[in-house]
Amino acid sequence: MKSKFMLAALAGTALVATSALAEDVTLTVESWRNDDLTLWQDKIIPAFEAAHPGIKVKFTPSAPTEYNAVLNSKLDAGSAGDLITCRPFDASLALYEAGHLAALDDMDAMSNFSDVAKSAWQTDDGSASFCVPMASVIHGFIYNKEAFEELGLEVPATEDEFFAALEKIKEDGTYIPMAMGTNDQWEAATMGYNNIGPNYWKGEEGRKALLAGEQKLTDEQWVAPFETLAKWADYLGDGYEAQTYPDSQNLFTLGRAAIYPAGSWEISGFNTQADFEMGAFKAPVKSAGDTCYISDHTDIGIGMNASTEHPEAAKAFLTWVASPEFADIFGNALPGFFPLSNAPVELDDPLAKEFVSWRGECESTIRSTYQILSRGTPNLENETWGASAAAIKGTETPEALGAKLQSGLETWYEPQQ
Amino acid sequence: MQKPRIRWHIALFLAPAVLIYTSVMIFPLFNTLRLALFQEVDQERVYVGLENFRTLFFDPIWSEQFWNALGNNFWFFLVHMLVQNPIGIALAALLSHPRLRFAALYRSAIFIPTILSFVIVGFAWKLILSPIWGIAPSMLDAVGLKSLFAPWLGKEEYALTTLALISVWQFVGIPMMLIYAALLSIPEEMLEAGEIDGVTGMAAFWKIKLPLILPSIGIISILTFVGNFNAFDLIYASQGALAGPDFSTDILGTFMYRTFFGFQLQLGDPHMGSAIAGAMFAIILVGVCLYLFGIQTRMRRYQL
Repeated sequence: MKSKFMLAALAGTALVATSALAEDVTLTVESWRNDDLTLWQDKIIPAFEAAHPGIKVKFTPSAPTEYNAVLNSKLDAGSAGDLITCRPFDASLALYEAGHLAALDDMDAMSNFSDVAKSAWQTDDGSASFCVPMASVIHGFIYNKEAFEELGLEVPATEDEFFAALEKIKEDGTYIPMAMGTNDQWEAATMGYNNIGPNYWKGEEGRKALLAGEQKLTDEQWVAPFETLAKWADYLGDGYEAQTYPDSQNLFTLGRAAIYPAGSWEISGFNTQADFEMGAFKAPVKSAGDTCYISDHTDIGIGMNASTEHPEAAKAFLTWVASPEFADIFGNALPGFFPLSNAPVELDDPLAKEFVSWRGECESTIRSTYQILSRGTPNLENETWGASAAAIKGTETPEALGAKLQSGLETWYEPQQ
Repeated sequence: MQKPRIRWHIALFLAPAVLIYTSVMIFPLFNTLRLALFQEVDQERVYVGLENFRTLFFDPIWSEQFWNALGNNFWFFLVHMLVQNPIGIALAALLSHPRLRFAALYRSAIFIPTILSFVIVGFAWKLILSPIWGIAPSMLDAVGLKSLFAPWLGKEEYALTTLALISVWQFVGIPMMLIYAALLSIPEEMLEAGEIDGVTGMAAFWKIKLPLILPSIGIISILTFVGNFNAFDLIYASQGALAGPDFSTDILGTFMYRTFFGFQLQLGDPHMGSAIAGAMFAIILVGVCLYLFGIQTRMRRYQL
């Protein structure tokens, strides 16, 4: 008799528990940012849940290299989360075209973002947006302030000043002028070509013209960055050909190199590694007073699974992600990943502040090879890696590299044919 | 007349191996070959026959990469054949010398790299050869030969050979062990008989031992061939999927991986990737058949 009562009591509590859960909507977030797990659990989710009673959020990241594959199979099986962290450009576009991501154009909060910010998660014609932009990374150069003071160097603003500074560091000999290697190839393209390039092809103007087929990669403005890169070789460390990305990071944070061609994602790592003061300067312009262009590359967005059971709650979350409150939490917790919304965000990290201040002075653009142009074979982004490394090493002339990239692009990209 | 009994126990004993091998090896192999005959058009898989192979061999963009990878693969194999196997044989000959002391120690020391993971070997050698932190430049400096140092892994002209030599360092223990075993199986009387006829020292090696270990050398060659044309790990671990600098270390394995799984902004193309895998399979199959029917059957064997 007693046991029967216990059973009934247990069943009763179980029922109560499930009904309590049923009132709350639980949203699951798919992401590759497992580095950010604590940030989500300690800051983002509590802040959201406090403002939105009745909605619970679960952040379930997977390993970055496996994310695309895992997500695709989950979506196909119908077991993916309600919210999906979006890779920029084609990976997410493919998900939208396959009907896995919902269009978000009817969300008012999307007007908080500029067109450049939204471009990474739009259809080619810009007619539909499917992810809320979360963060971008900005390119520039990080320098060792103490080394600059020691050698009496000014922060270079023009290209001549830039090379004069490098020459002076080299003559002095205490520091390696610039920490970069060509072994991993991508630094040469990402922190080299796409870092300094926007000043030559005038940012969005050139990038759009290339997409439209009005400019070619053999044009002066697309070849000139390779010519400048070729001049870098003299100022890189001994044996830079076999220097890897971690080598370069270590050379700089150990204080052995004076300048580091960077992406802003390095900031938090460098802050913990380096025990000297660091500053940052943007890619130098040709002559003083020229309009400057920076690579402010869209990197993370978040969208809604088209087959979610809680579209209203998911939209509430996305609207909140588009709000200044989220931008403030995210921008300060991850210095170097800059929120993309138009609302100004007060950042605490001095180095991150310096990077983000360029948005006010310069025109923003994204990496030239990312939208549409890396869709075919040969893949323009991967080709640019090789070409940038070859430009620095001087194994091919800038003109030949431009011609090679152009002929590769022409084989599959119609506007360029 | 009594009907021959069906011997069920044979099937029963074979079954576990056959079933497991079929499900994890034979089926995936043929399924991969089948995958190579399809292509994805507008999210749907369509049968395209040998179109992928035509693209691979005749489209200038693909064929350039394919021949580059194949050429690199042959060079990789050649370095192994010219360096690894002769050194392995020489080491085995030294080790089997009856008056060598500490033979067991040398044997283990030389064999140990073989059991290390590719990732460890690739990483360790990358550090040794690093122009910044490596010990290679400072060691050369100590003997006044600093000028000979170059960032080998970063130069198009040296990178592949350097990696091949690293692989030789890792695997030289295998031919050494196989030849060593073969040398030990040569009966003492035979060498003594040779001695009576005046064949001693080096001549004994060339005239008596070498012909007797020739079948083992053949097996080693074919193992090297199969291993090298399937190689991938070392290049991937040390140079990444783009097999830099400028594809100079790209071999069929890395080319297949890059195509199949995609890389950075390049989305994976399982169908073209399978076509490359099919080509690799064909190359290895042809190589092994050439050996088996062309060389193995004609090799003279001696009854010991």
